Amino acid sequence: MANNGSHITEYRVLAKILLILMFCTFLTISVTSFHLGALTVTVALLIAGFKSFLVLSYFMHLKYESLLLRILVSMVFVLFIVIVLITFIDYSFR
Amino acid sequence: MSEHNTHIEEHRDDEASKLGMWLFIFTELLLFGGLFLVYSIFRLQYPANFHESSLELSVTIGVINTIALLFSSMTIAFAVTAVQKKNNKLALRMIGITLLMALVFLVNKYFEWGHKFEHGLYPGSDLMQLLERGHHLYFSLYFFMTGLHALHIIVGMILLIIVYFKVKNGSIHHEKYVFMENGALYWHLVDLIWIFLFPLLYLIS
Repeated sequence: MANNGSHITEYRVLAKILLILMFCTFLTISVTSFHLGALTVTVALLIAGFKSFLVLSYFMHLKYESLLLRILVSMVFVLFIVIVLITFIDYSFR
Repeated sequence: MSEHNTHIEEHRDDEASKLGMWLFIFTELLLFGGLFLVYSIFRLQYPANFHESSLELSVTIGVINTIALLFSSMTIAFAVTAVQKKNNKLALRMIGITLLMALVFLVNKYFEWGHKFEHGLYPGSDLMQLLERGHHLYFSLYFFMTGLHALHIIVGMILLIIVYFKVKNGSIHHEKYVFMENGALYWHLVDLIWIFLFPLLYLIS
């Protein structure tokens, strides 16, 4: 076997993920049409975060990749969140 | 069995190829991440201006582009599955649909940008200089971020065209498709960035 143990994601799994992604998109649109202030941004970003999790795990096959790769990818997101936090702390205490 | 067993072991490490692609994707994520950070800080400074400016964008065009990108992300994942299942014909068709969706996205973007250009709204234009600082920043970020994203779409399309011909001439097949996987990863990255760009630029007001 050339690609030892490589996982094949079935068509119907991919199609289901697309449906969830579409649903989330319309959810975002309807949520943002209510003006809830800061809450709107939070909800929109949470939904976007969930959508990117689905794309990363299923479309980008991360769910079936090695632990090393999964840890590396999560570390990049942790790094980004740390950068955001530090910048915002800096910005608010100037 | 011949005694001259000239079986040549191909030197290939698919894991390493994928890891390399991911390392590149990390740099891309942080590049756009930095831009998102700039956007959020200026949004905090000029909330009213950012709100008014975002109303200038057409949500309909944004939604069409979002659907096109999400759909294309699925079709390219379909294409990878098809190659793994030795169904190259379906794979070619799926790559074709992906490219078509990419084209839909770019044509939409062309009209969206063109509409703004007609009104004298483009980076460095006289109108842009006259705008309030918050509006100026919003549109500069809008043009830069969507422009950089569109550039990634074009690069992704070139990659997928190469993948298309490699599948067609048989150099990508069910036992050797890491190049295709990496091309697909790049395409998903483009989709991933848009997932954040769309609500931040078009919706949140």
